[in-house]
Amino acid sequence: MRKLLVYLKDYKKESVLGPLFKLLEASFELFVPLVIARIVDTGISGKDYGFVWKMGGVLLLLAAVGLVCSVTAQYFAAKAATGFATSLRHSLFSHIQSLSYTEMDKLGTAAMITRMTSDINQVQSGVNLVLRLFLRSPFIVFGAMIMAFTIDVKAAFIFVVTIPLLSIVVFGIMLISIPLYKKVQAGLDRVLGRTRENLTGVRVIRAFNREDEELEAFAEENQNLTRMQMFVGRFSACMNPVTYIIVNAATVVLIWTGAVRVDNGILTQGEVIALVNYMSQILVELVKLANLIITVTKAFACADRIAGVLDMESSLPRGEADFSPRDGEKRQDGGAYIQFKHVDFSYQDAGADALTDIDFTVEKGQTVGIIGGTGSGKTTLVHLLPRFYDASKGEVLVDGRSVREYPLAALRAMIGIVMQKSVLFHGTVRENLRWGIVDGESEPQGTSPAEDERMWEALEIAQAKEFVEKKEGGLAFEIEQGGKNLSGGQRQRMAIARAVVRRPEILILDDSASALDFATDAALRRAIRNASEDMTVFIVSQRAASIMYADKILVLDDGRIAGQGTHEELLKSCEVYQEIYYSQFERGEQV
Amino acid sequence: MREGKKGTLKKVLDHISRYRWILVISILLAALTVALTLYFPILCGRAIDCIIGPGEVDFTGWMVNEGLYALAKKMAVVILLTALAQWLMNVCNNQITYQVIRDVREEAFEKIQKLPLKYIDGHSYGDIVSRIIADVDQFADGLLMGFTQLFTGVITILGTLGFMLSINVGITLLVVVMTPLSLFVAKFIATRTHDMFLLQSKTRGEQTALIDEMIGNQKVVQAYGQENRVLGRFDEINGRLEKCSLRAIFFSSLTNPCTRFVNNMVYAGVAILGACLAIGGGHATGFIAFLGGAVTVGELSCLLSYANQYTKPFNEISGVITELQNALACASRIFELIEEEPQSPEPEHPAVVEHFDGSVTLDHVSFSYVPGQHLIEDFNLRVKKGERVAIVGPTGCGKTTLINLLMRFYDVNSGRIFVSGTDIMEMSRAGLRDGYGMVLQETWLKTGTIRENIAMAREDATEEEVMEAAKAAHAHSFIKRLPQGYDTVVSEDGDSLSQGQKQLLCIARVMLALPPMLILDEATSSIDTRTELKIQNAFAKMMQGRTSFIVAHRLSTIKEADIILVMKDGNIIEQGDHRKLLSQGGFYANLYNSQFAK
Repeated sequence: MRKLLVYLKDYKKESVLGPLFKLLEASFELFVPLVIARIVDTGISGKDYGFVWKMGGVLLLLAAVGLVCSVTAQYFAAKAATGFATSLRHSLFSHIQSLSYTEMDKLGTAAMITRMTSDINQVQSGVNLVLRLFLRSPFIVFGAMIMAFTIDVKAAFIFVVTIPLLSIVVFGIMLISIPLYKKVQAGLDRVLGRTRENLTGVRVIRAFNREDEELEAFAEENQNLTRMQMFVGRFSACMNPVTYIIVNAATVVLIWTGAVRVDNGILTQGEVIALVNYMSQILVELVKLANLIITVTKAFACADRIAGVLDMESSLPRGEADFSPRDGEKRQDGGAYIQFKHVDFSYQDAGADALTDIDFTVEKGQTVGIIGGTGSGKTTLVHLLPRFYDASKGEVLVDGRSVREYPLAALRAMIGIVMQKSVLFHGTVRENLRWGIVDGESEPQGTSPAEDERMWEALEIAQAKEFVEKKEGGLAFEIEQGGKNLSGGQRQRMAIARAVVRRPEILILDDSASALDFATDAALRRAIRNASEDMTVFIVSQRAASIMYADKILVLDDGRIAGQGTHEELLKSCEVYQEIYYSQFERGEQV
Repeated sequence: MREGKKGTLKKVLDHISRYRWILVISILLAALTVALTLYFPILCGRAIDCIIGPGEVDFTGWMVNEGLYALAKKMAVVILLTALAQWLMNVCNNQITYQVIRDVREEAFEKIQKLPLKYIDGHSYGDIVSRIIADVDQFADGLLMGFTQLFTGVITILGTLGFMLSINVGITLLVVVMTPLSLFVAKFIATRTHDMFLLQSKTRGEQTALIDEMIGNQKVVQAYGQENRVLGRFDEINGRLEKCSLRAIFFSSLTNPCTRFVNNMVYAGVAILGACLAIGGGHATGFIAFLGGAVTVGELSCLLSYANQYTKPFNEISGVITELQNALACASRIFELIEEEPQSPEPEHPAVVEHFDGSVTLDHVSFSYVPGQHLIEDFNLRVKKGERVAIVGPTGCGKTTLINLLMRFYDVNSGRIFVSGTDIMEMSRAGLRDGYGMVLQETWLKTGTIRENIAMAREDATEEEVMEAAKAAHAHSFIKRLPQGYDTVVSEDGDSLSQGQKQLLCIARVMLALPPMLILDEATSSIDTRTELKIQNAFAKMMQGRTSFIVAHRLSTIKEADIILVMKDGNIIEQGDHRKLLSQGGFYANLYNSQFAK
């Protein structure tokens, strides 16, 4: 929680004024029992009607001033709480975005989404309550004690014993329940995960008639959650009764002591009433505090979880910020454009290496085909170029510099990558394509003919022009979330267009033509080749036909390079390649 | 809107009624708690009346019936009983609340299983998830608060009235006349804020959808360096959320101070009137007698504490009402989902096909996702038992749509589909889908072990059968290499498996199920051809005597098919086997030859 307090920084004024006005209101409330005592002792005993009315007026005045103070306090508290939540949400969102693939794999999507949504909401209401009530309650508790001292020191000692006892109970329950609420939240996470999973897998679940089993599994998780919630609930339900017992027992003792003191002529009847009133004020405030603590406890648990995410550092060290890859600096050595130098890589927590001793070079403008079996490390290899992951051993160089030296944004701006799973976003075709255009190059708002032209060009290269033209609105055609209103092949071509439109120096197609038919695939490759002389292209594929005309083919087998060279060379010398090739083309079938 | 709110309330009550016995106990306990709580100030008042002045304190009961000593003992018993009743009541309320929301959550989830795919395809996952998680959560908070405070509140009001009447009619009247003011205030604020809460809820939903989309696809966002642009969109919604949250929170939080103000006025009134009546003292004449007679100081202190207790529930109730307001807004979003039109009902007496002979007939089938935009029109196809049907065609030609119709993920607009001579509309969906095994291009694994994932179709499968299926799908070797073998837990998000490995697992699922009909939609698109070649043999064996529909781009897969359907724009343009189509020199021949082009 402490870590999150910085987000209140911009609301210093509000966070101070809110509680302050609340305290002002509370102090007025503390005067009320004194006024009543005066009414009893002076008004009633002296049969003075005028004094009673005057004191009544004082009560009304206190009420009016209290109202003004409290409304003011509510406003500042609400302002600070929403402002706090807004900037926390902003920071958390941008922090999550800065995490590297390794942390994302570890954290999981569902958890990140809960952090962003329900956790922050809980913290927001926690902050709001704390600002409004958290200071007020202890203030009244101690204020009542001090007032009691002004009436009678000996009777006030009952307060001195009662209050610490109460605090121990209240905070003890709080300390025990925080970890319990954490467990509840984890249970909620599991329920959320299952819900999401069922939405994404709805077709498979239905195809296998698994609705009932899924429902059963969900019901079980849900029941677990409920059981946990009820357990925690039973525990925190102790709070009110226990405080009730303590305070009222103290009241009885207070009346008894008061009676003895009145008998001895030290106190008056009205003063005993005032003391009892103070004690019941304490009860009311403690009940409030107890309820508050439940909410705040939840908020604390959520805050901890959020802080946990904020504490997560991206495992990719940043490159030098002042270095721009496009400033025409001379390369450090005369080597090839892209070099992999004895690169090893293993995923975090994985036993075996995913890549072992990868060593090759690529000249600028070349087309590189990467082929190999499932799980042979093709995707992992190309993911090292934009630094989604860092090599565990060895070095990856682009344009003579280690990828680690580049500022991450600059490195990725040079690269257009199309991933295996073609993801599109809710928005128009234009908005989706604009993703590919490096920040600063595009129109922030609206459209421009130049930009449109660039997009159409990219769509044409990606073989997507035809279907986009047919869609209602063309570039303004609205794509649903996940691209659900496009077919798989259309999605892939849109994703390719998005990579092409940025005019990257390096284009990576990671098995991204799998949903395209051969004719489209071939046309696509031809168009890409013709688009730019300087563009270096990586094509990852399972199809020999897709890569056989590449300048260089890398054959991967179980994380190692089994062969590299041109199609003809490999066909002669590389056994793995031969096997792949002949599994797809019968001997002699080639035209 | 008002009508909608009432409707939602009724549905909430319907859900609660399942736990009416706990509810009855809770109400009884609440009554007990309140009665005891109210009795305590009377005891206090009596005790105070025992304390008159120096030398005039009654400890043993010589002045009135009970002395301080007896009263103190009584008070101790009352305190303990109150605490116990209060605790039990809270436990009951927890019980009800958490069970109700468990039911609601389960119903919502059950609904997901029954919603037409059209709804699921057309809504963002984030929105649906936010309803089931965040809204239900907020609803629970409101419900719990409602229970613990609404009951005791109402009972406290009634109880206090009774006790007060027994002490003094005039002061009671004063309290009764003035307190409704606070209700008016509360109601006024509640109606004004309902829409604000609704807007907040909606904006939150919008934000959740964006979060879900962007964080769910974080990797792509980063690959394109779009962090700032996405953050910009996020901030725009975030800013709107801040504004409408501030409004909703501030205006709803006005309830408390305003009602408290009314209460303080009541308190002052009671003090003035009570003091005047007390001064009137022994001479209860005229006006004072009319007001219910004189009061003692002890009674005045008791009345003051009642005035506090009487008005507090009004405060709380109004607080609860705003909270309930919020909860109802959430509940209505949940019920909206629960009451969403489910897929068309199953036939009352579904036709049961004991043995699928494998014949499939499409008779004048027309279908479109969007009314008016025809996709498949007047489509006819006759597939005989055991035939292998390959569907090829340019992307977007309707191949996947055809599968949606065969599996009844979507219903045809017109025309009929027969399986083994039975109209599929007359069968239950489960009965129909039992006949099919399906592997899609988009793999999906549920969170669970590899074994569970393979045994999805047949939970009773033995260890050996699961392994056999995995071996047939050539998944066994990589599974064995995983840390926990078949017990390794995998999930959809998890990147522990490659796309191709996931696909192998999906194939193993079907290999285990051995259904009479197969649908393979790009089933091997992520698998390398060496492995694919090996699987093909297993597939071929499996397809023996089974009708299969294969969507594939690799022509090597298609060549062997008995019927090749070449689709374009939702219609079959060519039909026949490989040789025949090649010799026709049409679209297919073109497609086939193009794979060798540079």
